[in-house]
Amino acid sequence: MPNRCIVSKVWVVLSLLGMLFFAACEKRETVQNNSSGSRLSVVYIPKNTGNPYFNEIVAGFEEVCKQQGCEFSTIAPSTAEATSQIPILKEQIQRGVNIIAISPNSPDALNAVLDDARKAGIVVITVDADLAGNEAHRDASVLPTDFSKVGESQIELLGSQIGYQGEIAILSATRDAPNQNAWIAGMKDALAQPKYSKMKLVEIAYGDDEPQKSATEAEGLLTKHPNLRGIVSPTSVGLAAAAQALQIANKYPSVALTGLSTPNQMRKFVQDGVVKAFQLWSPREMGRLACSLAISIKQGKVKPGEGVEFELPEIGKRSFGKNNVVITGPLVTFDQNTINEYHF
Amino acid sequence: MGVKLSFVVGPAAVRSGVWRPEVRSAVLILLVLAAGWLKDPRLLSPSSLNTVLLAVPLLLVVALGQMLVIVSRGIDVSVGSMVGLAGICLGLMFRSFPNLPMSLAAGAALGMGVVFGLINGLLVARLAVPPVVATLGTMSIFRGLTFIISRGQQIDSNDIPNALTAWSLQGPFKIGQLSVPWLLIIALAFFALVFVLAHRTVWGLRLFAIGSNSEAARLRAVPVFATVIGAYAICGALAGFAGLMYASKFGFVNPATAGLGLELMSIAAVVVGGCDIRGGAGTVIGAFLGCVFLSTVFVGLSVLHIEADWQQLVYGAVIIAALWLDALAAKWPRFRSASR
Repeated sequence: MPNRCIVSKVWVVLSLLGMLFFAACEKRETVQNNSSGSRLSVVYIPKNTGNPYFNEIVAGFEEVCKQQGCEFSTIAPSTAEATSQIPILKEQIQRGVNIIAISPNSPDALNAVLDDARKAGIVVITVDADLAGNEAHRDASVLPTDFSKVGESQIELLGSQIGYQGEIAILSATRDAPNQNAWIAGMKDALAQPKYSKMKLVEIAYGDDEPQKSATEAEGLLTKHPNLRGIVSPTSVGLAAAAQALQIANKYPSVALTGLSTPNQMRKFVQDGVVKAFQLWSPREMGRLACSLAISIKQGKVKPGEGVEFELPEIGKRSFGKNNVVITGPLVTFDQNTINEYHF
Repeated sequence: MGVKLSFVVGPAAVRSGVWRPEVRSAVLILLVLAAGWLKDPRLLSPSSLNTVLLAVPLLLVVALGQMLVIVSRGIDVSVGSMVGLAGICLGLMFRSFPNLPMSLAAGAALGMGVVFGLINGLLVARLAVPPVVATLGTMSIFRGLTFIISRGQQIDSNDIPNALTAWSLQGPFKIGQLSVPWLLIIALAFFALVFVLAHRTVWGLRLFAIGSNSEAARLRAVPVFATVIGAYAICGALAGFAGLMYASKFGFVNPATAGLGLELMSIAAVVVGGCDIRGGAGTVIGAFLGCVFLSTVFVGLSVLHIEADWQQLVYGAVIIAALWLDALAAKWPRFRSASR
């Protein structure tokens, strides 16, 4: 049956091609494809695909690029592993983009490839998370809010719900996530203050930002610490998984839960009373600020340097802090009264 | 028909194949539980066991299908992606039709799964693509479709109806402090169904025959194509339904993480449960015990104070140790399974 033979070979080749195509498993979205030579091209690389939080940052980038007539694209790895962004970065350098904005998955794994990008004249800006200890490998960083204040702000929010006393635990994402670790450090600092001295941190668990692992870890916390009064989960996957775990175990409101997430993800749990209040900044505003700042740096209008003040169109005045870090703004608290004003 | 087939499978294999490897798996589970309990008695506390009761159903439903495919001398590494794709499609359906009846959602889940499974089955049985390659390809294709259909957007808890999350939150009865969720009851129903299919029907006998020696089976007029494609279709249907269970259990469906890792967990569970990875031997009860074993280890790792950095290593080591012990036990003549 020669025909059958050819058909099956074609199928094997086709399925192999399909495999190769999808094996990369990367999401590509080019908003404005018609790249004319003079227009600046901006790429934003989130930590991983499928996280609605990063979609908000992308929306901020899109808005500014549309206003300023830049070409914008975004591409993300399928997993938030330390090295998963390296091939994407190499590809973008080869493509000849002018601005790379990235939410790094590792504080040090990207050093070499970011250096290559800057040698090629590309402005590199970190968004949402920074390269702790390796700040020299990027031009500037736009962070959501003052990291040391996030920890204290979360502890205050939890403390106010449990009368500032009792055992508490943290449910984090991955062990090496720079922003998570910065916030946890901030929480520990806050707990050393007299006001929070009766709150005892009994465990830090890691859910790796996977629903199954996060849920299991949250359930594990409830099992291991029968006197637990509160859980803080400063990651959206962890907070949703922990909320579901609390609801299943029927441990609310005896165990208070708070953390960082978006209103859309937590609306149901707030309405059901599983979570009283949680916090976040505006990721869209952060995207807008990062995009506008990067364009101004590329155009030579803003020179990064500690203490330097600058003004951006439609955003306003900001200044560079230590290590050329620019802060977006303070945290917003969402509760039963305010959550319906927000839709992201 | 049954008489003819007994030449291929062997009557002793049918009898011993149903029970023998399970004894080893059960002993293994008790050993691990005892070791964990010695380290920390809270491993067997109601709250921790409730976690296991909720962890088993999803894995079990996926592993049941995986077991049928492995018995046919195949493998399906696309199950995790099928769970994700079905989960996202169902989530989008719930978003558009918030009052969708659960029976319709269940039907849609099974139907979608059958279609996914038929694609795998056709690739393997019709086009003779090696199972690993075929399902590796569809694993990426299904995951890619998940991203395309969802546009990278997560289905939030807003969109999951309460009637569905109730499957995880509520149950028909309680045993002491243990609450048995509907999710587990549903999974056990599928377990019974697959048990009958595999061990009490002609189709099941044919599947084992093909797995032991597909050429011999073909020569004895076993319809290889229809039987094998059926195994993949059932595996797909179960994975599709697991997508619905996933949405119930977690209350949200993320295109990047939904079902991720279930392919390897289900294969591990089936193999730990005494199923021969080369096909032709294995039991549904074994697959069930394998799921209980893996879920217990998974939950145990977070309940026992095993440092986060070590968990993955310990998890892998426990699986390998289990298989090694199993192989050792198999060499011991008294426990040797007649089917080998």
